[in-house]
Amino acid sequence: MLNASLKQLSAQLAQKKISSVELTTECLDRIKRLNPEYNAFITVNEEMSLAQAQAADAMIASGQSGPLTGIPVAQKDIFCAKGWLTTCGSKMLSNFVSPYDAGVIERFNAAGAVNIGKTNMDEFAMGSSNETSYFGFVRNPWDINAVPGGSSGGAACAVAARLAPAATGTDTGGSIRQPAALCGISGIKPTYGLVSRYGMIAFASSLDQGGPMAKSAEDLAMLLNVMVGFDVRDSTSLQRDVEDYAGELQKPLHGLRIGLPKEYFAAGMSSEVELAVTNALEEFRKLGAQTIEVSLPNVPLSIPVYYVLAPAEASSNLSRFDGVRYGHRAESYTDLADMYRKSRAQGFGAEVKRRILIGTYVLSHGYYDAYYIKAQKLRRLIAQDFADAYQQCDVIMGPTTPTVAFNLGEKSGDPIQMYLSDIYTSAANLTGMPAMSIPVGFGEKKRPIGLHLIGNYFREAQLLNIAHQYQQVTDWHVQSPV
Amino acid sequence: MCNRQSEFVCYRETQFIAGNQIMQWEIVIGLEVHAQLSTRSKIFSGASTAYGAPPNTQACVIDLALPGVLPVLNKGAVERAIRFGLSVGAAINSPSIFARKNYFYPDLPKGYQISQYELPVVQGGTIQIQTESGEKIIRLTRAHLEEDAGKSLHEDFHGMSGIDLNRAGTPLLEIVSEPDIRSSAEAVAYAKTLHTLVRWIGICDGNMQEGSFRCDANVSVRPKGTEKLGTRCEIKNLNSFRFLEKAIDFEVGRQVEILEDGGVIRQETRLYDANRDETRTMRTKEDANDYRYFPDPDLLPLEISPAWIEQIGQTLPELPRARQQRYMAEFALSQYDASVLTASRETADFFEATVRHLPGHGKLCANWIMGEISGQLNKDGIEVGSCPIGPDRLATLLARIVDETISGKAAKTIFDSLWKGESGQDVDIIIAEKGLKQITDDGALETLVDQVLAANPQQVADYRGGKEKAFNSLIGQIMKATQGKANPAQVNAMLKRKLEA
Repeated sequence: MLNASLKQLSAQLAQKKISSVELTTECLDRIKRLNPEYNAFITVNEEMSLAQAQAADAMIASGQSGPLTGIPVAQKDIFCAKGWLTTCGSKMLSNFVSPYDAGVIERFNAAGAVNIGKTNMDEFAMGSSNETSYFGFVRNPWDINAVPGGSSGGAACAVAARLAPAATGTDTGGSIRQPAALCGISGIKPTYGLVSRYGMIAFASSLDQGGPMAKSAEDLAMLLNVMVGFDVRDSTSLQRDVEDYAGELQKPLHGLRIGLPKEYFAAGMSSEVELAVTNALEEFRKLGAQTIEVSLPNVPLSIPVYYVLAPAEASSNLSRFDGVRYGHRAESYTDLADMYRKSRAQGFGAEVKRRILIGTYVLSHGYYDAYYIKAQKLRRLIAQDFADAYQQCDVIMGPTTPTVAFNLGEKSGDPIQMYLSDIYTSAANLTGMPAMSIPVGFGEKKRPIGLHLIGNYFREAQLLNIAHQYQQVTDWHVQSPV
Repeated sequence: MCNRQSEFVCYRETQFIAGNQIMQWEIVIGLEVHAQLSTRSKIFSGASTAYGAPPNTQACVIDLALPGVLPVLNKGAVERAIRFGLSVGAAINSPSIFARKNYFYPDLPKGYQISQYELPVVQGGTIQIQTESGEKIIRLTRAHLEEDAGKSLHEDFHGMSGIDLNRAGTPLLEIVSEPDIRSSAEAVAYAKTLHTLVRWIGICDGNMQEGSFRCDANVSVRPKGTEKLGTRCEIKNLNSFRFLEKAIDFEVGRQVEILEDGGVIRQETRLYDANRDETRTMRTKEDANDYRYFPDPDLLPLEISPAWIEQIGQTLPELPRARQQRYMAEFALSQYDASVLTASRETADFFEATVRHLPGHGKLCANWIMGEISGQLNKDGIEVGSCPIGPDRLATLLARIVDETISGKAAKTIFDSLWKGESGQDVDIIIAEKGLKQITDDGALETLVDQVLAANPQQVADYRGGKEKAFNSLIGQIMKATQGKANPAQVNAMLKRKLEA
């Protein structure tokens, strides 16, 4: 049942061939059995999930259901969900039960979806391997010695290991696309502003964007139809006409112009990734698309720009975690400053501290212009590069990551190597453009490889169309490690 | 507020003569005023701003800075900032930018305050104040929107501190002057003018006890005649005009003393202690925070359309200064009277309503409002809006003075009855009941005068012998005989005529 597409599950639920309670129970059983090894979930709450499943069955019985009614969705533990422990992968919030629902959670609840549990993640979404989580690392279901990627590592693992048919993620520099690639699933980061950030614990506000992770582009379209929508509580939320993201899925790709940035096909990419990407591009040509070389001259600066701006915003966003009102507070302290110091020193892990330090530094008096302002200027130049490229092509493609999943522990001692995992993905966050990853093959030890697609603003439907057409003629996305 | 800032600080000239009479010092002051905007909900959340609720009952998830919450700007706060900008002739910036001011304090839930830094919503503008030497213009640097912090309560918690976040997120307009102020008296005049203005245009209730209007003063001194600004000290949280004046006076004295002893002023933030009437170091420049301002990525640049500005401009009332000038021209009032009457919009409106019932007698109306009405209101501790004698009733009373039905003295007696709500507050009934109608009949008065002259031959002789005092004694006798009801002017003239006949 858990190999089925969302469309199939939805039809079976609507036709009452299965109930949401049955589907939910199957997921919970699998989680119970496999999560001790994978560690994809931080919190599972059978009672609450089953209550939602019963409510979904009632919705279906009364004819009030929608496409996602009764479907279990694994929620990244960055989304506040009322009554659920919401930790953001941190000791700091290891005792925080949210009193309110995030905008995204509200939309899933309204659609009748079932929250099947809260997935593991890098602490405060800072990481590319899921190894910075206070709740321990997550294993890659394709190779349990490999990382699943991050920060949405638990989500990617859950979908790949068929613990849940779908999941949510968030993407600040590649946190949906990179783990999707490393775990052989599909994931999309929508245009900044489409998915509400209300109740999504902020890492870097101007870059963070929630999005779905699932087996196929078609599944992603169904999830996006629920996740996207204006939220008055998020000032950066965009007010647009409702769009059907599945609306263009069947469009032929004939005449599609695929831009291949020479900067993405330069040194650094492993040969197995290059081969898989080359093969995928050949498949697109067979589907009637043409490929043209484009240039994004400033894009190689994405990583340094990203590692100024994201920590700058994070250093401020994480100030609220001070032990005063909620979250971790040191047991003993001598005075106020000592309470702050100890609570934060104990509550945050090393990577979070590193980024707070970097961010505090780049915003400091005397350094602000040289780092923060300079990075903002480059951010604009990078966006201009993409605008120029879209004069010549409809979509940009390249590898999602330079290599397949690395081993657990392999890069955790080398932050720079870890940061380079996001070398191809962070530009889409800096520009706010939609981007996705789909599976296009395997490297050594059957570790998956992802193809990266970057679209112009609000062209999610086109990206999903391109990915769906590819998935109609290939079967990477239906392969399962279990 | 803004930290990277010596250009914001504050100056002008009044002279301060140093103790040794050798050096003359010029005082340079700039004020930062925090006016709490009168919106019903907070600047970035829907929680109520009402004062005095039990702790933390008016703090929603946004005010508590729970993980994941986001700010949404209150349009009413922006509207009030624009009203202010228009009323001081400032430019309204579009866009303006919200910035985060980062520092840790338990009553600052997010670990940063959302404020405006590089691009404030209001830029420039001027405030005209009255000084002893006439009118003076104080330039404004800027006015920006920001959120208030909560309160730390250090008593009643047995060695711990309590945090009340009801106030967190209350909208403030921080109004920053140029260093154009040259004395504590000017500082008070400026603060009072601003206080009147913000209430007048309905953006702030001006309640200083509740902290709705708070001043910080940047004070420095320099040798008179020099250009270079002295090192300033900022005195925080002056919540009354009297404290503002006393704190500045103390601070100037302190700085001059240090300089005359050959010392140097240390740039620092100081706190005024009203009990001891002195300022004390709160924090020095060395332990000042680096606030790491940067644009808040949760809020978009604030765009204000010219149409909205125009629409707000159309709802702006006639401003205090314009009214003062009109009162001087229209009612021949002095500058002083005009400024007292325009100290609040309610008082000015009361005056205008009164004079509308009694055209041509502006000065009489002004005198009574500034005298009896204001005195009684103060005594009873009530606002002019709840004055038991309305403008129409006051005008009726004053009309009886004008038409000589009663004397001014009798009018005060009637005023007291009216205030107490006696006799259905009917002026004419009270006049009749108390028999206060003036005697203006020549015949009746002449009989009275003759009687008094006949009964007091000694005083008559004295007066005629050159003792002018005797005249007053005779007048007193006449008034006593009529229980004060004789028309004084008539009696005066008649007595004079008869004595000098």
